[in-house]
Amino acid sequence: MNYYEAGEYEVVVIGAGHAGVEAGLASARTGAKTLMITINLDMIAYMPCNPSVGGPAKGIVVREIDALGGEMAKNIDKTHIQMRMLNTGKGPAVRALRAQADKVLYQQEMKKTIENEPNLTLIQGMAERFIVEDGECRGIVTQTGAIYRSKAVVVTTGTFMRGEIILGDLKYSSGPNNQQPAVKLSEHLEELGFELVRFKTGTPPRVNSNTIDYSKTEIQPGDDVPRAFSYETKEFIMDQLPCWLTYTNEETHTIIGDNLHRSPMYSGVIKGRGPRYCPSIEDKVVRFNDKPRHQIFLEPEGRNTEEVYVQGFSTSLPEDVQYRMLRTIPGLEKAQLMRAGYAIEYDAMVPTQLWPTLETKRIKNLYTAGQINGTSGYEEAAGQGLMAGMNAACRVLGKEEVVLSRSDAYIGVMIDDLVTKGTNEPYRLLTSRAEYRLLLRHDNADLRLTDIGHRLGMISDERYAAFTAKKEAIAMEIDRLKATIIKPDETTQAVIREAGGSELKDGIRGADLLRRPEMTYDAIKQLIPSPEALGEDVEEQVEIQIKYEGYIEKSLQQVDRMKKMENKKIPVDIDYDAISGIANEARTNLKEVQPLSIAQASRISGVNPADISILLIYIEQGRVARTASE
Amino acid sequence: MEFDTIAAISTPPGEGAIAIVRLSGDEAISIAERVFQAPGQKKLSTVPSHTIHYGHLIEPSSGRVAEEVMVSLMKGPKTFTREDVVEINCHGGITAVNRVLQIVLNEGARLAEPGEFTKRAFLNGRIDLSQAEAVMDLIRAKTDKAMNVALNQVEGRLSKLINRLRQEILETLAHVEVNIDYPEYDDVEEMTHRVLLEKSQFVQQEIDGLLRTAEQGKILREGLSTVIIGRPNVGKSSLLNALVQENKAIVTDIPGTTRDVIEEYVNVRGVPLRLVDTAGIRETEDIVERIGVERSRKVLKEADLILLVLNYSDELTPEDEKLFEAAAGMDVIVIVNKTDLEPKIDMDRVAQLAGKSRLVTTSLLEEQGITELEEAIAGLFFSGAVGAQDMTYVSNSRHIALLNQANRSISDAISGVESGVPIDIVQIDLTRTWELLGEIIGESVHESLIDQLFSQFCLGK
Repeated sequence: MNYYEAGEYEVVVIGAGHAGVEAGLASARTGAKTLMITINLDMIAYMPCNPSVGGPAKGIVVREIDALGGEMAKNIDKTHIQMRMLNTGKGPAVRALRAQADKVLYQQEMKKTIENEPNLTLIQGMAERFIVEDGECRGIVTQTGAIYRSKAVVVTTGTFMRGEIILGDLKYSSGPNNQQPAVKLSEHLEELGFELVRFKTGTPPRVNSNTIDYSKTEIQPGDDVPRAFSYETKEFIMDQLPCWLTYTNEETHTIIGDNLHRSPMYSGVIKGRGPRYCPSIEDKVVRFNDKPRHQIFLEPEGRNTEEVYVQGFSTSLPEDVQYRMLRTIPGLEKAQLMRAGYAIEYDAMVPTQLWPTLETKRIKNLYTAGQINGTSGYEEAAGQGLMAGMNAACRVLGKEEVVLSRSDAYIGVMIDDLVTKGTNEPYRLLTSRAEYRLLLRHDNADLRLTDIGHRLGMISDERYAAFTAKKEAIAMEIDRLKATIIKPDETTQAVIREAGGSELKDGIRGADLLRRPEMTYDAIKQLIPSPEALGEDVEEQVEIQIKYEGYIEKSLQQVDRMKKMENKKIPVDIDYDAISGIANEARTNLKEVQPLSIAQASRISGVNPADISILLIYIEQGRVARTASE
Repeated sequence: MEFDTIAAISTPPGEGAIAIVRLSGDEAISIAERVFQAPGQKKLSTVPSHTIHYGHLIEPSSGRVAEEVMVSLMKGPKTFTREDVVEINCHGGITAVNRVLQIVLNEGARLAEPGEFTKRAFLNGRIDLSQAEAVMDLIRAKTDKAMNVALNQVEGRLSKLINRLRQEILETLAHVEVNIDYPEYDDVEEMTHRVLLEKSQFVQQEIDGLLRTAEQGKILREGLSTVIIGRPNVGKSSLLNALVQENKAIVTDIPGTTRDVIEEYVNVRGVPLRLVDTAGIRETEDIVERIGVERSRKVLKEADLILLVLNYSDELTPEDEKLFEAAAGMDVIVIVNKTDLEPKIDMDRVAQLAGKSRLVTTSLLEEQGITELEEAIAGLFFSGAVGAQDMTYVSNSRHIALLNQANRSISDAISGVESGVPIDIVQIDLTRTWELLGEIIGESVHESLIDQLFSQFCLGK
């Protein structure tokens, strides 16, 4: 192989999936000269599995990405075929937006954005090695001999590393959807001393829409009000396509049961660990054998294709069995299978090898993000990609790196979970992973994160000015409602009666009336209108912040208590072996995770309060033994 | 949590004219202020540091005066821990000081771990480095001991109850979570306000029940209810005197009750005993005769421990046998007294009647066998044999405080449901209840919710 010098950059991003594109854009937007390299330029931001973005927890991540200046929200706003707000009947903390994507359009749109991004170069190629000098990553070498020198590298290889597709007894080396896998890179990471694990995930079959009898299914339309993920989106797509709901039945389950011996999951061919929240249909039938039926959603993959994604039907059973299973389902009796479902096994990094900035502990200036870190899902990947890209650029440019806390963002919860606890299955964000869920809402992502995005140059001054104005309007309106007294006159009583509440005996402050469960801001507005017209987003914030003030306050107190522990920093080069009294299991885990604060240490499994006390004593006394510097 | 406000009794347990409850931390003063009432509406937050104030401690819930106290207030950093410190001086004696502790714990202080005041002093740079190793040994040793206690409790009734309650809450939480994370899965029923209310009320009832046992104060606060029975002249009175003399009884005359339930408290090797009907014994020497068979049965039934006394130098009578019958199925220590006299009793028969009950021979006159008796009492208690009936062991101040906090959380949840707050927000209080109950048995891991989610429901793409 002839090697040649192909260029110098500040940051190189390997991969252009959902993590890669956000990493590349974030790095470039933060101000670093960035190169993005991908195996196949036609597969940028490709969705190898479900054609949707968002949902509970994940949808909030998309909003957070937008507030930080990332791209996913804007891109799906431009390319969706349907959007729905979920959990509208519940509280504000769990509302979440989900969009069905036009997969091809999504890719094209993202590619266009990347191609036109100043500071960002996009090329096709396969990275095989890193250039590592003095424990620092200083570039990459590609399959074709190109040497790209850089000050930092972000790796976002998804499920490509030593990927293997498994379908019945068929098994072959491949990335998702029969793309070229990345084998050399995996080997190289091992050479460098990284610990890899084998994970597994899967995807359901796709069928041709023309062969589906939709009359036997239930329609699932999108919302008929304009919706968007991005705070900047001003144009809304109202022409939407529906999804459809059908069910498996006893017959489907019998076929699955009869063919379990042919399932690679049960015959032992698949060894990688799969996610519990995304079980295959054969898994569901075995584990919940008392359920007479399971839901199947039929989701179009785009406007210019007849391919339909059979959600709920992920499987790695042989193709002939998939055919027979499908055809037992109402509406799919004559369905033409276009692509068979399959399972894929791949290498992932053990994520406790990372700092909370997503830089690897072993090699300086090398970052990893996305599915390579043991997560699953486009949104989880994108959130990490954004953080890794941003932090790589910060490192190179000498800016302070950004670590989001568990009370800042779902992205913070995810990264803290990964680097502190690791994961023994592909990690997915769930609302139940967040202890401060009420603070991490869909509606307030901008209030939480726009400052950070703006500081790093990811948010334009114009947008920031609008954001600041919004923040002020919210504060002023809350103050006004807290100060204004509503008199119990006939107009007031009528409005209250209409809302179904009990009449006032005395005057009441606007805020106190709004706290009544049956009252809304709209009703209050009738009684004491704001001197200036307020945007819907401002009104929504005012209503939520007043109505749930007590609960929000409670959460903030919890955050405060934890902050004290977060502020107790642990020196990076602390020598745990020199601290007497720490239990063995705790010592091993502390050495592996290398927590940066006492709070993080307390979240590590096997570290108990006595260990934390002892650790604190050492740190407070400044008598920490340091390991010999590397 | 490492930096919250802690409290503990800082005087040695037992006798003493006064006892001190000490608080340390950011909220020490505000907690004390909420429960302290001084003449002239003096506010603790406004008085100078390092001053002492006379007043009363009140129960915030009822506004009732609980104790007459002196409160010293010391603002950090010139204190032992370098944090704000409040010391509440009250009358000595287990009941009073425990009540004071209980009040501040209910207000949000956390019971200090062993050595924690010292640890804070240390962490805040008050104690010099040479003491580091010693303190660490202390923390390690005490924690191990605390863990052993926790381990014992794992098999205990309390933790079984708490585990069951937590599992109930966990299933409810998982149900709510699954509605949030998988809103479209129709095989999972939507959690309704009505169901959530029922569940929350059930949880509250259970917590209330536990707190009631705590209030009945069967153990630490009031002692094991103990009854001495036996025929006339077997030495009941001597037994009582022996226990009392050895252990410095606190005689209380509970107001509003007839004098036949005068009780005396003794502390036998750390086991508090409440000797019931001691006046009866002193005066008539015969409880059965004096208060009638029905009453005596009732007294027996309510007792936690029965000391059944027999006469070594007399033959067993049908009356003795009846006493055994009356005490059947209860925790009994059989005492064969007067071994200084000639043996006439059929010891084989006594052993047979005693069955599994402990048997001790004494000569109270010659002070023989008292040590053995005390060992038997302590042994019975610490092996967990006593208290098999209603004693859920909610006697520990930390447990009571946590239960009270859990009770408040679940009340918040209930009032949230009742006023129509969305379920996923009410869940914050339900989750808190679950965590607080977990703290009682030393378990509070978030991951278990996610495990529950996936084992209880069939989810996924």
